[in-house]
Amino acid sequence: MIEVLQSLIPTVLFFSAPLIFTALGGVFSERSGVVNIGLEGLMVMGAFVGIVFNLTFADVFGSWTPWISIFVAAIIGAIFSIIHAIASVSFNANQVVSGVAINMLALGIGVYLTKQWYGKGQTDMVTEPFFRTDIPLLADIPFIGPIFFQGIYSTSYVAILFAFIAWYVLYKTPFGLRLRAVGEHPMAADTNGINVYKMRYIAVILSGAFGGLGGSVFALTIVSNFSHSTIVGQGFMALAAVIFGKWHPLGAMGAALFFGFAQSLSVIGGNIPLLESVPQVFLLIAPYVLTILALAGFIGRADAPRANGEPYIKGSR
Amino acid sequence: MTKSNKLFTILIPIISVLLGLIAGAIIMLFSGYNPILGYTALWNGAFGDAFTIGETVRRITPLLLTGLAVAFAFRTGLFNIGAEGQVIVGWLAAVWVGLAVDAPMVIHLPLAILASLAAGALWGFIPGLLKAKLGVHEVIVTIMMNYIALYSVNEIVRSVLTEQETTTDAIAPTASLASEWLQGLTYFSRMHYGIVIALFAAAVMWFIIQRTTAGYELKAVGFNQHASKYAGMNVSKNIILSMVISGAFAGLAGAMEGLGTYGTISIMSGFTNLGFDGIAVALLGANNAFGVVLAAILFGVLKEGAGQMPTGAGVPTELVDIIIALIIFFVASSYIIRWVLLRFKKEGK
Repeated sequence: MIEVLQSLIPTVLFFSAPLIFTALGGVFSERSGVVNIGLEGLMVMGAFVGIVFNLTFADVFGSWTPWISIFVAAIIGAIFSIIHAIASVSFNANQVVSGVAINMLALGIGVYLTKQWYGKGQTDMVTEPFFRTDIPLLADIPFIGPIFFQGIYSTSYVAILFAFIAWYVLYKTPFGLRLRAVGEHPMAADTNGINVYKMRYIAVILSGAFGGLGGSVFALTIVSNFSHSTIVGQGFMALAAVIFGKWHPLGAMGAALFFGFAQSLSVIGGNIPLLESVPQVFLLIAPYVLTILALAGFIGRADAPRANGEPYIKGSR
Repeated sequence: MTKSNKLFTILIPIISVLLGLIAGAIIMLFSGYNPILGYTALWNGAFGDAFTIGETVRRITPLLLTGLAVAFAFRTGLFNIGAEGQVIVGWLAAVWVGLAVDAPMVIHLPLAILASLAAGALWGFIPGLLKAKLGVHEVIVTIMMNYIALYSVNEIVRSVLTEQETTTDAIAPTASLASEWLQGLTYFSRMHYGIVIALFAAAVMWFIIQRTTAGYELKAVGFNQHASKYAGMNVSKNIILSMVISGAFAGLAGAMEGLGTYGTISIMSGFTNLGFDGIAVALLGANNAFGVVLAAILFGVLKEGAGQMPTGAGVPTELVDIIIALIIFFVASSYIIRWVLLRFKKEGK
């Protein structure tokens, strides 16, 4: 039993971390009333920047390279997401359409530049990815240590920490209250002197930063290079986690952990007695089926923020 | 007012396409390529000789149908991002019938096409039903349905249609859309009769929307659900119907690939992108059957021509994806184009 947990839990955390980061971005954006289908594209951008930075500066920064890479990826992701913000907040574009365009644009730019800079469709493997480590002190705790803190990617714990920070920011600070107000009833918020446009810009840019983090963490822990097939659907799965988690940071984290669990089952399920007989395809589609069921109200009703997806036009009712 | 609105619906796509192409040229310049050489290569890749023209037509065929699918749902105020999944299940259903049934062509081919329509319709029915009865947003459900389609169809190809192979056998010739005549005309390109079906589908969409009571109701629900309900229309029924018809169009696009271009179905590592490109086609075509035909031709030409750009000018094919994405942005942000145009008009006076 302990052996199963020892192989399962690090794998779950490993698969969940990028989803948690990206889903947090989705929570910020959607809580402010901007639908973000573009999470996939933001992850692509993050993965691309993370890998390219890592390849270019591995000699300069040594073992710090992966950390600096994800930081840079977050910044570029934030800048890239401004396009979505301009289109959907300032130009009143259909937010779903803009998100779809973000996805196409990110993949187009990423692969275009990869081909131009590296002369082929995919980059080399990075030399400084994240490595599994033991967390000092905690790894020595009997029983819990080996399961949770040995042979783990520290990014997984950073992701969980960020989820709690996001919860605190959204629910315990004036900024969070304003952000949520803008997503529920922008006109009322505006009447109270909150700058709706500014709040939405900040929220979308935050989602870009988190999406960039998620994408780069995915690239630097799981795949180690960038090509057109580095990010295939993780962004949409993060979006599913946002909804399954009922637009709540901790809920989204829980959902992301659960989806990570489903993914790791399809990877190491063969070693677990009861599950080896379940065809892999059911584990693959489980996150998506569950999201639909959650939305349909079979697993607790998921209600979107009131003004989600509606452009705010001053003076209109 | 209506006259200027009509003008805008024609002007905005044209301006967006021009801006997109200009942006593409600028990107080529900045990354050290010759834009004229690049666009010449693109043109040759799409219209260079009879073969490339045949391939371009083949490329346009499914895009036209997914464009119609997205546009049709849009008319009822629904966003069908699920065209992707509907294409995949339609493809599977058509090939399945093509492999499993033994019948003369007059029965076999229509049966295979019907199967693709039914499969796509079913994949559209589920999000339609959830939207109509439980108010669940169709965007999320259709995205999830895409992945369910992708993984399930892969599993069926692997375990049911073949024994752990990646590609099925070719379908029976009696279910094939391939045409020796068209291939002969175009130096053995993969052009097939599907384009006739696709154009017919566009006419069907125009007829349903503009000339039938059902189409009138669908549009009315798209404009204002509450008013439609007050006028005695069954809003739920119309939402479901719209998604079903939309799904059927997308399923048909799958049949074009399965019965026409490839004659098989393979395990897919990712999406076909036909559904996502269909969103771009519908948007540029202003959700109007005729506009969709034009937009599908444009995007088909861009996508097929892109294949020639690496050899002809050294430009990566992804440039075209960037251009298409930018065109979508420009159309979606038409608010600002409209504003600029109005401003110029005022100053002109």
